[in-house]
Amino acid sequence: MTAYILRRLAFLGLTMLLTSLLIFVITQLLPGDVCRVILGREVGENALEACRLDLGLDQPAPVRYFTWLGDFLTGNWGNSYSTDAEIRPLVMERLGNSLMLAGFTMLVGVPIAIGLGVIAALNEGKAIDNGISLGALAVVGLPEFVTGILLIEILAFRLGLPANSSIRETATFAEAFPSLILPALTATFVLLAYVARLTRAGVIEELKQAYVRTAELKGLPRRTVIWRHVLRNAMLPTITVVAISFGWLISGLVVIENVFNYPGLGRLMVFAISRRDLPLLQAISLITVLGFALANLVADLLYAALNPRIRIGS
Amino acid sequence: MASAATADVTKQSAAPGWGQRFFSLARTLLRRPSHALGTLISLLFLVIAIIGPLLAPYGANEQIVADARDGPSAAHWFGVDTLGRDVYSRVLLGTRDIFTLAGIGTLLAVLIGTSLGLLSGYRGGWFDELLMRFFDSVLALPALLLALLLLGTLGPSRQSVLFVIVIVYIPIVARVVRSVVLSVKTRSYIEAARVQGESSARILFREILPAVLPALAVEAALRFSYAIFLASSLGFLGVGVQPPSPEWGLMVNEARDAVSQTPWALYFPAAAISLLVISVNLLADGLKHVFQMDGER
Repeated sequence: MTAYILRRLAFLGLTMLLTSLLIFVITQLLPGDVCRVILGREVGENALEACRLDLGLDQPAPVRYFTWLGDFLTGNWGNSYSTDAEIRPLVMERLGNSLMLAGFTMLVGVPIAIGLGVIAALNEGKAIDNGISLGALAVVGLPEFVTGILLIEILAFRLGLPANSSIRETATFAEAFPSLILPALTATFVLLAYVARLTRAGVIEELKQAYVRTAELKGLPRRTVIWRHVLRNAMLPTITVVAISFGWLISGLVVIENVFNYPGLGRLMVFAISRRDLPLLQAISLITVLGFALANLVADLLYAALNPRIRIGS
Repeated sequence: MASAATADVTKQSAAPGWGQRFFSLARTLLRRPSHALGTLISLLFLVIAIIGPLLAPYGANEQIVADARDGPSAAHWFGVDTLGRDVYSRVLLGTRDIFTLAGIGTLLAVLIGTSLGLLSGYRGGWFDELLMRFFDSVLALPALLLALLLLGTLGPSRQSVLFVIVIVYIPIVARVVRSVVLSVKTRSYIEAARVQGESSARILFREILPAVLPALAVEAALRFSYAIFLASSLGFLGVGVQPPSPEWGLMVNEARDAVSQTPWALYFPAAAISLLVISVNLLADGLKHVFQMDGER
């Protein structure tokens, strides 16, 4: 197991290195003069030159990449182009908010989604299965911003929940809780459809296995067969699904945070884009990708811990 | 002798003729009501995208100031927004926006992705290794994040959105194609073609490509539905197509501030997006069924 973890960690490092290079290349080498963007159009050539020197843009690209990566790793993330504020505290604070929302969503959404998937699978072909499957399909077709706006229109006023979730920067979980409900509910819909569909497929697959018939034929009650045998095996792929859905959640949250004005990383990212604030954009991207990669790592390790064939076989 | 045998095999594989084969597939696709409905609505939207300007009673940015904020009526089926623009006309005209962005974007991604996937799977070796590691690092970024990163650098515009869709989906298509290539590459009919000295290009396009097409059709339909999603989400975030274009996501975004006065300006484009995405999803589901790939995700 130790060797497996080490190998996965090395792989994570390599992926992050490649991805950081990709982020750097995208943000640095595509057209557009950064200094022109920062200083505006009416500025003289001298000021532009000074700005380029100041940002180290006179250095060759590989040198700039390693300087940037080194600075990032040592915690020196620089200042935002647009607000001149220090990037690291800003990103960290927003990351905390986003994680709070994501965590809350996973906590509520994943059990519901798995539950619905299992119920659908156990009633395959019946009305309840068709209902769940059709509902999941409909929700998949609704973009997050449509779901979010609909929920605001339908629920916000009736339940007395804030439609605008612009919480204070230092809000604790208890203070932020009412503002979290609607965004989390919206995000849950994203998870719900996806996780429920895949869970259903996994359980149906498992129900076809020979051991299920054996267990039933030897007289085990159906409840025991399902809880002790089917679900335990069907949950293995579900773990992977949950990790993958975390990636979906990241994309979904960017939109949802903008629907609800929730001060998370996603909204900061759209702000950075509208101002063409490249260092801020780079920092947000790297942090997000790291989170995504870590979620995948955790899923892989859990999977291996639960499934001896993986850790011994390879 | 050898070439005669090959010709025979090719003829056999295409025996029922393309037209006939197409109709039998179409019939299977339309058998289930949900698949038929999805297919028909998708086609309906395609028709609207093509002839929309003929159907729209008003221009996309024509302002009928006297009717501003009017609800749905005989004169304005979907109502009028705060600026006095006819929502029905804008939704019809916006169909073309979505189809050019998502449709052409998907088409380009499929063409480039298929070529790369075929080449990568067939050649193998360092080219395959390098390309796949590169795609791994691209896919380590969630799709929307990659899209936003590219838009942040390129600046928001119609061309940027198109470019983003192509870039985001090439690796996914290429991977699907490559995996099919790997699974058929070692089949005996490919071996036979190689032993007979057929050129690589001929093997790739005449022998391997037909085996890839079913998976590719399903993937293309799925990609198209995600591309609609992506393009309208970017429009909603204000970093995609810019005003005053009647792109649906952008329309939803613009209508948000006045939702209490003109809710129809928000609900009709939102409904159009949802209906199209669900229909294309059903179509993709139907294609999976037609090609007997039901068991796979």
